[in-house]
Amino acid sequence: MEAKKPAVPAPPESELIRIPGAEPSSRIDAWWGLFVGVVGLTIALVIFKPDPYARIVQFVRDGIVITLTLTIVSFFLVLIVGLFGGLGRLSKNRLLRGATTLYVEIVRGIPLLVQLLYWYYAFPSIVRALGDSLGIPAMADYRASAIGTAILGMTFCYGAYMTEIYRAGIQSIPKGQLEAARSLGMSYFQSMRHIILPQAVRVILPPVGNEFISLLKDSSLASVVAVTELTRRGREFMAATYMPIETWTMVGLLYLIMTLFASRLVAWSERRMQVER
Amino acid sequence: MDPIIQIDNVHKAFGQVEALRGVSLEVARGEVVVVIGPSGSGKSTMLRCINRLEEYDSGHIIVDGISLDSAKNINAVRTEVGMVFQQFNLFPHLTALQNIELAQKVVRHRSSDEARTTAMALLAKVGIPEKADAYPMQLSGGQQQRVAIARALAMNPKIMLFDEPTSALDPEMIKEVLDVMLALAVEGMTMVVVSHEIGFARAAAKRAIFMDSGLIVEIGPPEQIFTTPVEERTKLFLSKVLL
Repeated sequence: MEAKKPAVPAPPESELIRIPGAEPSSRIDAWWGLFVGVVGLTIALVIFKPDPYARIVQFVRDGIVITLTLTIVSFFLVLIVGLFGGLGRLSKNRLLRGATTLYVEIVRGIPLLVQLLYWYYAFPSIVRALGDSLGIPAMADYRASAIGTAILGMTFCYGAYMTEIYRAGIQSIPKGQLEAARSLGMSYFQSMRHIILPQAVRVILPPVGNEFISLLKDSSLASVVAVTELTRRGREFMAATYMPIETWTMVGLLYLIMTLFASRLVAWSERRMQVER
Repeated sequence: MDPIIQIDNVHKAFGQVEALRGVSLEVARGEVVVVIGPSGSGKSTMLRCINRLEEYDSGHIIVDGISLDSAKNINAVRTEVGMVFQQFNLFPHLTALQNIELAQKVVRHRSSDEARTTAMALLAKVGIPEKADAYPMQLSGGQQQRVAIARALAMNPKIMLFDEPTSALDPEMIKEVLDVMLALAVEGMTMVVVSHEIGFARAAAKRAIFMDSGLIVEIGPPEQIFTTPVEERTKLFLSKVLL
């Protein structure tokens, strides 16, 4: 059978309208390019110039572990604080609403660095003074643990940001959803758990992902309260060797690898949520 | 008369606006009542007071022997009173089946099997068993509203409240929803329906109520209200609605 001839010959591909972003090459997105570049550069530095780069990596390795621990533990706590904060901000109870609003406003207005210094230096002194005057030995002998303080401080600070994200997410769900759930006899908490929060999570996932990446970067501030995380280890290495360019190049690259991973994780979980609907 | 809903001199204001200015009404068991009136007349507010989605300022409401004057008993009442909304309010993250199952499990503590059986039977009853696994956004407005009716029925309510159930629907979908409602009325469900579907009122309702500016202006058999209304305001309103 003779193949049908199209009435008008198809134009050559080069003449087709180009839709920006639809080209196959751009589907391998910028992230991959950057990731391969950054990882490649890091590996190349370590292999071809092991002194000092391999030494730096060796030296700061335990700092990376602490940075990740600090970030992940704090983030987990932040998610919980934010949930209760967000519900508090939307509560009908005036006291609860006032308290959470106060918390958000205070925390947002003070730099995280200052908050960390406060938790590490001022807070234990307050606890000890209180313990002395109340005669409670456990409080009088209170000593702040560096990593515990850092987790406390970062959770307290980011919990306030997360409170606002949860609040906005819950408010973005139409009022009729709660009414429908309540009219079926579900309690407020059942409605939140089964109806509102599952929908709100989809809305807040992108900003929550941003918070995670911010938290990862801001964990470097914990270096000022004696937590030997990545930045602190970098400073120690520089102090011992005085190689600022090499040290901070490598530390920067290591942070970049972690944040690139995190941003991919966020994008992936967003996509998964979309598919699940 | 054996009233299942007793509304006695209920007042409700939203700030300066008085939505209800002393509404009294009794609805008998198994009765179908249709409420009409211009927008802002308080008909939706009255309906929403019957399951306390709206708190009223004064007066009394007793539903199936349970007082709604305090918030104490609201969940008990709400499980007995089904509600269907103008905007459907299906849960978009759940399938049609899951929409119908959820409250059965969470509120009525039914097993998954039991909830599923009930849900499938109700989907068949409203005529869309094949849409069990569809998400709300994949359904037409009429189908969504029928799922919403099934969702309310799954709780075995004694009363069904309909708040303009067909107002958000395209004309060709109105009938499929009204047919389901009509079937319910025939089965003897107590229904309070805010709707301007005159045909439905004539076919199903025992009484029609005309509300205006927070008051019940006129009550009577639908035929009488629609053809020979007594009150001037009713006549004026109907002259605009009935073409």
